[in-house]
Parts: sequence; structure tokens; C-alpha cells
Amino acid sequence: MIASRPAARPLLLATGLLLALALPWMVYPPVALDIACWALFAAALDLLLGFTGLLSFGHAAFWGTSAYVAGLIALRSGLPFPVAVLGGAASAALLALPIGYLSVRLRGIYFAMVTLAFAQMVYFVVNQWRGLTGGENGLQGVPRELFGLDLSDSFLFYYAGLPLVLLGFLAVWRIVRSPFGRVLASIRDNPARAQALGYPVDRYRLLAFVLSAALSGLAGGLFAVGHGFASLENVYWTTSGQVVMMVVLGGIGTLWGGVLGAALVVLLNDYLVTSGFEGIGIVTGAIFVIIVLVFRRGVWGTARDLVRPRSGGGRRDRPPGEADGTPARPQGVGSPV
Amino acid sequence: MDGPVLRAQGLAKEFRGFRAVDGVDLDVAEGSVHALVGPNGAGKTTLFNLLTGFLKPSAGRILLGDRDLTGRRPEQVARLGVARSFQITSLFPQLTPREHLELALAGATRLTWRFWRSDRLLGRYAGRAAELLDQVGLTAHAATPAGTLAYGHKRALELALALALDPRVLLLDEPTAGMGAEDIDRTVELVRKVRAGRTVVMVEHNMSVVSSLADRVTVLQSGKVLVEGPYAEIRHDPRVISAYLGDPHAED
Ligand SMILES: Nc1ncnc2c1ncn2[C@@H]1O[C@H](COP(=O)(O)OP(=O)(O)OP(=O)(O)O)[C@@H](O)[C@H]1O
Ligand SMILES: [Mg+2]
Repeated sequence: MIASRPAARPLLLATGLLLALALPWMVYPPVALDIACWALFAAALDLLLGFTGLLSFGHAAFWGTSAYVAGLIALRSGLPFPVAVLGGAASAALLALPIGYLSVRLRGIYFAMVTLAFAQMVYFVVNQWRGLTGGENGLQGVPRELFGLDLSDSFLFYYAGLPLVLLGFLAVWRIVRSPFGRVLASIRDNPARAQALGYPVDRYRLLAFVLSAALSGLAGGLFAVGHGFASLENVYWTTSGQVVMMVVLGGIGTLWGGVLGAALVVLLNDYLVTSGFEGIGIVTGAIFVIIVLVFRRGVWGTARDLVRPRSGGGRRDRPPGEADGTPARPQGVGSPV
Repeated sequence: MDGPVLRAQGLAKEFRGFRAVDGVDLDVAEGSVHALVGPNGAGKTTLFNLLTGFLKPSAGRILLGDRDLTGRRPEQVARLGVARSFQITSLFPQLTPREHLELALAGATRLTWRFWRSDRLLGRYAGRAAELLDQVGLTAHAATPAGTLAYGHKRALELALALALDPRVLLLDEPTAGMGAEDIDRTVELVRKVRAGRTVVMVEHNMSVVSSLADRVTVLQSGKVLVEGPYAEIRHDPRVISAYLGDPHAED
């Protein structure tokens, strides 16, 4: 009953908060910040994948664009870093408007492919626009300004950046449990029925897309400031793939799962890199395949199902396509309308 | 009964060369209950999908009053006052009946865009939702996830959802399909009650339901209108009998 019994929720939340505060003591502080940023990125993607039913394979566009914009703001204006990060998030949201507008009408694999294609275009632009982005060198020496405080120590910077991450999580949590979030869940489970009830499905999807992009941008901007540079890797397709992997690993539509997945992947990558291992992709890939085969609902999703009776609460947290009972498609609604 | 509120003119739908709906003219009089009958595969559901924007017609026009509905999207059609139920129950399996109705009732408001507010706000529709649940006999199951409801209860919820939109025209696709006698009686009573102030078009195979509710009947066959008229007239039409009512017991 862990996540469903109301009394268990605050407990879970307190544990999560405590872990977030203790993290830089447990792992190397820059890794702690990486975990926090990727965890928010994963939650933002899950908002789309788990709670709206859209698999974006181009979220690097938002994470990376914000990384560059936040970096540029910090470099050129000298404004406090939270302003730069929020500016990055805003730019990601802005970019998501046209991309989302053109892609939310597509379904399934087509949506994934089109978002990937747009992200590749963003990559191309960032790579070509050397004067602004530094091309292959990336954007170097991004400062961490905050009212003259010395945040060069990554241990301190973790705590300076954490409020932004927590703010992001709060936003995801609120969206999922808002009237809008209820509509998203219904659209995910049965878009035709939502339309029959008068809901302009694509517009709700578009807003979900923009919100998800903004939160991905929040994470990406902080990631860039934390590292002190923005690089092409931030907008590369492997970044899109990695965040999808984290959410699937942890459990689609669970929020906590994405956090867990992010922690696992970042720690694993860090371990493999520091041990000088060459074939990182092989190892993470193999682990991914094994986990997906063994835990069909991801690590978090499976664990949650184990401690909770099948018919219990938390219904809205279940991933799409696993609803029990009724076939969700109405008859004769075959063509994409 | 007044002039037509819903009209189809030369409506056609072609699926890769197969004409599922083939030049249908239909006038539904304001305030009437209009039954749509015909053998399996006659095109009744396809016609509903055309009327509600779920399918784009290959040819023809759809009018609601003097408003052109042709080519509108399903949510626009719903907002303009044409609500439908689905033949194959189409629900949100993880939501309870109460949550279904809250969603249906909130649909027309700006509340459903508020991503920064709590979803408890949807509770403001609890009163009206409870009324509707009571009307269709679902009060005892208000908090059961729809996916686990019994078949008859799912059908009842399907009907309640369409009613929640308070539509000018209510399209019901086989509302009594698979129901037991008791549920059928309740559904007939319900349609009788809710028809006040609106127009009902229903696809219905059960002829006793048709005879007790319908003012007019349109018989479809192979995508075309075979006969149209009051039930008392069409029931004896030899074409209808051979096409559909072949079994004389089906009439009672
Ligand atoms: N999306 C589709 N693609 C191709 N053919 C379709 C599609 N929808 C319906 N059809 C075909 O069109 C014909 C009419 O189907 P429809 O569902 O409208 O019949 P119906 O009158 O509602 O029948 P029933 O009484 O069985 O519900 C059938 O032959 C069906 O196979
Ligand atoms: Mg049908």
C-alpha cells in the first residue's frame, strides 16, 4: 500500500527530501547535482510519457536549448544563476510551442520520430551557429553568480541549485494532480472518449508538451550552470534516449520511478567512467534490457505493485495500455481524426 | 414536432472502395425520438461516427439547425450540442463513475486547463454527478473503477456520460445492447424522461424498445436508407421484413 495509503505519502515525501538533502554527503557532489537534474528531467518526461501517453524522443532539444540559453545569459549578463536557469526554461517552453504544435497530432511511433527529427534540427542549428554556441567547443566558463556568493565549491552549489529542482518536482506533482492532469490521464487512456466529451485533445496535449519542455529546460539549464559549460552532447539524441531509458527503468507513470531510474543510470555511468571502463554503452544497454524484461513496470512500478493489492488505489499512476477490463477503443473510429 | 434539427444530405463514407454509408439523407425532427435500425454492418455506427465528426465524410453534408457540422472535429460537435454514446463501451477504465461524470460536466469550463490547482476542485460537480448516477442506477458503484464494473453498469455509465453534456441532440448507439430485461426497462424509462427538451437518435436492435420509444424509424441496409416512417408503418413493409425483421418474433 506504500504509495496509495494517504498516510504513506508524506512518509515517502519526507524520505525523498531527506535523501535529496543528504545526497552530496553520500556521493561525489557533482554527481549528486547530476542525479538531481536528471531526476527532474525524467519526471518532466514522465509527465508526457506516463501521464499524457506521448513518447517524446526529442527532449534533448529542450534540455539542451535551455543549457545553452542559461549558459549564455549567465555568461553575458552576469545575472544570478537562478534567473539564467529560469530564462533557459522559458526558452525551452517557447521552442516547444511550434514543435509541439506540429507533432502532438501524431500518434505512437510517428510522434516519437517527429520529435526526434526536430531535436536533430536543433542539434544542427546549435552545431552550425558557432558564433553564439561555440560549435564543437561548446560554451565554456559559465559562471555561477548569486549575489556575489562564492559557489565555486560544488558541494555548496548543490544546495544552491536544489531549490530549483524541488520547485520543478512540486510543479510536476501539482500538474499531475490538477484538473488539467485529470484530463491528461483521461486523454491518455481513451482519447476518443475525451473528444466525445468535448475536450480538444490536441490542445491539452500541446500544453502538456510545453510544460514538460519547460521543466526539462529547468533541469537542463541547472545542469549546464552546475558543470560550468554547455556542450553539443546536451542537444544530442543520446540525451533524449538516456532520459527515456531512465523513466522506463524506474517505471512509466510513477514519477518516483524516474527519480530512481535517474539515480541508477547516473551512478552506473559514473562508476563505469571512473573505473576506466570502455564499453559503457554495452553495460548500461544490457542492464536496461534485463530490467525491462524482469520488471515489466520498471523498478519502482514493480516494487509498488508488490506491496499493494491489485485493486488498490493510485489508479491514475498506472501506465497507459495496462488498464484492466474494457477495450478502450470505440468501434469504427479507425482513422486518425 | 418542429422542423429538422439534425440533417444529413447525401452523406457517404468510403473505406478503401467499400461504401459503408452510401448517400444517406436523414431528417431528424426537433424533439423527436428517431430510431435507426438495420442488419449488422448496415452502416449505423459509421453514420454516427460521421454525424459526430469521428469520421470525415467522403461526400455529403451535415447540418445542425442551420449550422454546418461537416468537417468539424468531435469535440466541436459535442460542444455544439450533439452528444453520443458508443456501441462498444468506451470509458476510462481507471476512473470511477463519479470521476467520469465530473470530467464530462467540467468539459465545457475553463477549470480543466488549471494545471496549478488541485483536482479536488472537480468536486464542485459532485452534486450534479450524483444526480446523474442516481438516474442511471449507479449510485452504489460511484467509487468503483470503471474497468471493474459489470457490463450493464458500464452501459449505464456510457449513457450517463452522454446525458451529462446536456445535449440538444443525443445519439445513442445500441444503449440496451447486452442488457437484461430489468435494465432495458430502466433505460427505456430514462430515455423517455430525458427526451424532454431534446432530440434523441438511437440505434436499436430491440424492436420492443423501438416501438415503445421511437416516433420515426429509419431502416438502413448496405449503407443506404431502405425505408423511413413511423414504426407502425415500417414494421409491415415487406422490404424491411426481408432485410431485417426476417424473424417475425423480433417484432415483439
Ligand atoms: N474503420 C473502418 N474501416 C473499414 N471498414 C469499416 C470501418 N468501420 C466500419 N467498417 C465497415 O463498414 C460496415 C458498416 O459498419 P458499421 O459498424 O457502421 O455497421 P453497423 O450498422 O453499426 O452494424 P452493427 O449492427 O453490427 O453495429 C461494416 O461492413 C464494417 O466492417
Ligand atoms: Mg454498430
